[in-house]
Amino acid sequence: MFTALFGSVEQGIIYAIMALGVYLTFRVLDFPDLTVDGSFVTGAATAAMMIVLGYHPIIATLVAIVAGFFAGCMTGLLHTKGKINPLLSGILMMIALWSINLRIMGLTADNTIGRSNIPLLNEGTIFTQFYSFWSKVGIDDALNGMLKNMGITPVPSTWGTLLVVVIITVIIKIIVDWFLKTEVGLAIRATGDNKRMIRSFSANTDRLIILGLGISNALVAFSGALIAQYAKYADIGLGIGMIVIGLASVIIGEAIFGTKTIFSTTLAVVVGAIVYRIIYAIALRIDWLDTGDMKLITAVIVILALVIPQVLNKRKQQKSKAKRLAEKQLTKQGGQPLA
Amino acid sequence: MLKLEHINKIFNEGTPDEKVALNEINLHLAPGDFVTIIGSNGAGKSTMMNMISGALTPDYGTVSIDTTDVTRMPEYKRSQYLGRVFQDPMAGTAPSMTIEENIAIAYSRNAKRTLRRGVDRERRDFFRTSLERLHLNLENRLNAKVGLLSGGERQALSLLMATFTKPAILLLDEHTAALDPSRAELITRLTKELVEADNLTTLMVTHNMQQALDLGNRLIMMDKGQIILQIDEATKPGLTIPDLMAEFERIRGEKMNSDRALLG
Repeated sequence: MFTALFGSVEQGIIYAIMALGVYLTFRVLDFPDLTVDGSFVTGAATAAMMIVLGYHPIIATLVAIVAGFFAGCMTGLLHTKGKINPLLSGILMMIALWSINLRIMGLTADNTIGRSNIPLLNEGTIFTQFYSFWSKVGIDDALNGMLKNMGITPVPSTWGTLLVVVIITVIIKIIVDWFLKTEVGLAIRATGDNKRMIRSFSANTDRLIILGLGISNALVAFSGALIAQYAKYADIGLGIGMIVIGLASVIIGEAIFGTKTIFSTTLAVVVGAIVYRIIYAIALRIDWLDTGDMKLITAVIVILALVIPQVLNKRKQQKSKAKRLAEKQLTKQGGQPLA
Repeated sequence: MLKLEHINKIFNEGTPDEKVALNEINLHLAPGDFVTIIGSNGAGKSTMMNMISGALTPDYGTVSIDTTDVTRMPEYKRSQYLGRVFQDPMAGTAPSMTIEENIAIAYSRNAKRTLRRGVDRERRDFFRTSLERLHLNLENRLNAKVGLLSGGERQALSLLMATFTKPAILLLDEHTAALDPSRAELITRLTKELVEADNLTTLMVTHNMQQALDLGNRLIMMDKGQIILQIDEATKPGLTIPDLMAEFERIRGEKMNSDRALLG
């Protein structure tokens, strides 16, 4: 159980980068961008393809980020210049990317044009690069020794992955926080908030939407590139339902932490992504559930995360209304109002 | 400063709904002019404002600001010369952003937006001093979300933001119409103060004749897509509502005659 949860925390932290991308479009830009399902795989496929072709994992990851950026910009162009509805622009880009992703992975094979998966079993990744340094430090042994003393076995094979993904995600979160407070960031937020207003302050909303979608999908592709290196394979199906997972993370996080400031909202999104993975891992450990049920589980989690806050809110309002009514009646009868 | 020449606009041309929105509009504002515009519904006041702001382009005619022809310039580019306050208090600000962030957006209106921090310490001090001019205690609520402000407060903030970078032209489109009388009075007073402080060239549409008389140095009256009356700087002081009503009746009568003469 501990290792399963440990693994879901690691994955959750990687998926958090994708969730931050979804937050940028859904919440900041108010643009329901479905490109995510495609651009996540674009990131995974590009990184895997380049690693197999012998490029350094860091360069492969950077190229994956750029590929995601362009995919997002394309969706933005479809919407702003092609005047296509936001949902449809995203869907069009998503299915277009399906074919493009097959082609990207196909670059590794001589005998076919397209390819639906690339294994990275014996390839060097960002993580293996780090392990070679990490294993010399000896922190793994110390921490695992501690866990064993606490009676927790089996222990995780390494703490290095966790450290790497925490560092990366924290850096990304700080960059996103910073960016949303720059002049350009403020203009992007205002574009999602009140387009008429920001246009009257000489901002080109078309360009801001394209840029916002580009950055969002760059983050999604980055997350995809890391997942491919973490799981040691890239697959055309990796991205299916990714947008729902991203949304689930955003909604869960916001429900738990609220959205007072940019700092707390992005933190909420990151934690939401981790919480989602944990719920998911626990749900999968229920005996009568199968891995094939995972999409259904995701749907149920999102539905609950959307409905429960509404119900709680309504109940709270009814309660306070009932309380006010009671106070009113008391005062009418001449009594003192309660509290 | 602002020049409208032979502006014509017809909506739904060639259909049964055809409507002549603007008919040969010629208007010239000298620097520092404050022109109030009155007219009944459908007179073309808002259409004219939209022509100037770039939300609509004329079928015929030119718009120039400060000797630059801006007729075909897109709205967002033209906004660097224009400050605008809308009728809807919600329209001029971003509700989910804080007061200081909103002002920061106004602040970078005519500069290229960069990756510089929108609100740094130096700017915050500057924003605070600017907000003090409103006397609404907003300077102590810099981090409050604008969505939490009342309509009057939001409109006052919009006004400050619109005038912040001293635009070449300030467009006020019935900006007090949606407020209760006391708030409307506050905004009217602030408008006067802010416009006078920077000697802004201003165009204000209003439904309120008294407001049109109280503010500004010139007044124009529009009807059926035309400017039917222009009151200049010399005659505007001392003008009363009954005067305006009488003028309107007189011109309308005359106008019908002249139309008939043209057709006949």
